[in-house]
Amino acid sequence: MTPGRVGSPLVSGRLLRLAGGRVSVRVGPRSVAVGAAAGAVVLVGAVVAMTTGEFPLTIAEVGETLVGQGSRATEFVVLTLRLPRLLLAIGVGAALAVSGAVLQSLSRNVLGSPDVIGFTTGASTGALVAIIVLGAGTLGTSVGALVGGLVTALLVVALAAGRGTQGPRMVLIGIGIGAALLAVNSWLITTAQLQTAVDAQTWLLGDLGNRGWPQVVALGVVLVLLLPVLFGGARRLALLELGDRPAGALGVDVGRTRTLLLLGAVGLAAASVAAAGPIPFLALAAPQVARSLTRAATPVLLPSALVGAALLVVSDLAVTRLFAPVPLPVGIATGLVGGLYLVALLVRLWRRSPT
Amino acid sequence: MTRLHAQDVTLGYEGRTVARDLSVAIPDDSFTVIVGPNACGKSTLLAALARVLAPTAGAVVLDGASIASYRSKEVARRLGLLPQTATAPGGITVGDLVARGRYPHQQLLKQWSDADEAAVAEAMTLTNVADLAPRLVDELSGGQRQRVWLAMALAQETPILLLDEPTTYLDIAHQVDVLELCARLHGDLGRTLVAVLHDLNQAARYATHLIALRPGGVVAAEGPPAEVLTEELVTDVYGLACRVVPDPETGTPMVVPRRPLRSREASADGVVRADG
Repeated sequence: MTPGRVGSPLVSGRLLRLAGGRVSVRVGPRSVAVGAAAGAVVLVGAVVAMTTGEFPLTIAEVGETLVGQGSRATEFVVLTLRLPRLLLAIGVGAALAVSGAVLQSLSRNVLGSPDVIGFTTGASTGALVAIIVLGAGTLGTSVGALVGGLVTALLVVALAAGRGTQGPRMVLIGIGIGAALLAVNSWLITTAQLQTAVDAQTWLLGDLGNRGWPQVVALGVVLVLLLPVLFGGARRLALLELGDRPAGALGVDVGRTRTLLLLGAVGLAAASVAAAGPIPFLALAAPQVARSLTRAATPVLLPSALVGAALLVVSDLAVTRLFAPVPLPVGIATGLVGGLYLVALLVRLWRRSPT
Repeated sequence: MTRLHAQDVTLGYEGRTVARDLSVAIPDDSFTVIVGPNACGKSTLLAALARVLAPTAGAVVLDGASIASYRSKEVARRLGLLPQTATAPGGITVGDLVARGRYPHQQLLKQWSDADEAAVAEAMTLTNVADLAPRLVDELSGGQRQRVWLAMALAQETPILLLDEPTTYLDIAHQVDVLELCARLHGDLGRTLVAVLHDLNQAARYATHLIALRPGGVVAAEGPPAEVLTEELVTDVYGLACRVVPDPETGTPMVVPRRPLRSREASADGVVRADG
């Protein structure tokens, strides 16, 4: 068989054959197109983010600064203010989107995303405990968020145990746990000193400002570790959507696959909360946007990641450029837009199945 | 010596035991049919044989080794399962769903080979769904959909194929379609088949080996249908009085339920009144 792209009359997508047929990967043309378009949006957004703002720069100036030949002023603007913020937007967007895509697929429910089923609320609780009770700094807050997210996920999964992660059970339990944790979060803030309470409340809004390289590096490490695991499990994830027994009969180790994917998804969500605070609805919306654009019958993790990154880069640009000089926290923008999106999504779901 | 058997297995869900110390052997190259009343553990036994349910005691043995000791994909290359409940993801095409049966033969970087293509094409031809390849599974009728799921299991190209109530929800013509296809898979293509069926007459017609379970997952009888399916067995296992007569088409045992005495009198009254 010749290398290159080969079509099959039976299955959809194109076949990518390399290395004399030793490597053959099926790709959907729409997934490639959506991924490329989202990647282009990220790229354009990055150029805009780096060059515009209170201190406009040309692309050439930004380039010179990036290779270490800028002035002290441009170095501060580019390397301290804008680049970490941009990278954080890309990283958090991708992490939340992949986490949402995996969890929605595992729960076979749109509402199964980490922000709806309490995982990100739990990460916030962890962070608030770190800030208010333990008086922790940036690192401690991040660790608190990670621990809080993982503990919440374990709690939700344990309470839903025996029925797996599928169906409404895990979602409903997660919503309940999330509501309880929201109350805990409010209570934690009332116990704090005024300034700590203000800090905590600001953190709770979810923002990419006032973060720096430590958050970028920490999130980057988590992404490098977890994304390959989740991308590698994508085919098994698609088979799990058939049901546990059909997937098992096709040779998927159901229990182990589900645990692995669940832990990976929770890790991504918690790491993104640790880096930027809770940014609502991105994990819910990005995978749905990606899936409806690609029209794929399987979870599309890479396009989701790119769509998530594009959404957050654009949202952050909107809140910083439209509301200058006092930018809104980006969490408020995604909360507002995402909330409306959720309503539209639910209306559409109800229309499809009127029961 | 058989390739697949269950040895003293105890089966159940969350503390509820469905069967205890059950031993069943699937004769090689047979078309084995498992029958029994509702909730007697037929489907549970099939799930354990397919390794999608782990016995709480005992072991299922495949090719001389405990099935639990194999890698999942290795099991899926030797035996396939048509489950009773499977959900097609929304928006998936028939071809793509059937192609998922090839998963145990694929690797992360070798997702589609010529053998995959050939197996999918053959499975779709056998089940008569080749023309449906680009259609969406959501749009199909129940009969078509069942054949698509069967095609997916066939594309797996396993020497042993387990079918959990493959005729449920199908009208009688489609039931016969599916069963004739099974008979062909067994007879012409040499697959070992194990099916759970509800219809005793169909079971007797198509099975070469019949296993009758009574409630509590106990084997009441097993062997050739002509020996197993007797009036005594049906009364014993189902609590139903019946006559067993030769099937006029095939000569295999055919169960004709008797009517309870009271309703027989009632309808006799009806006949008398109609005549009078």
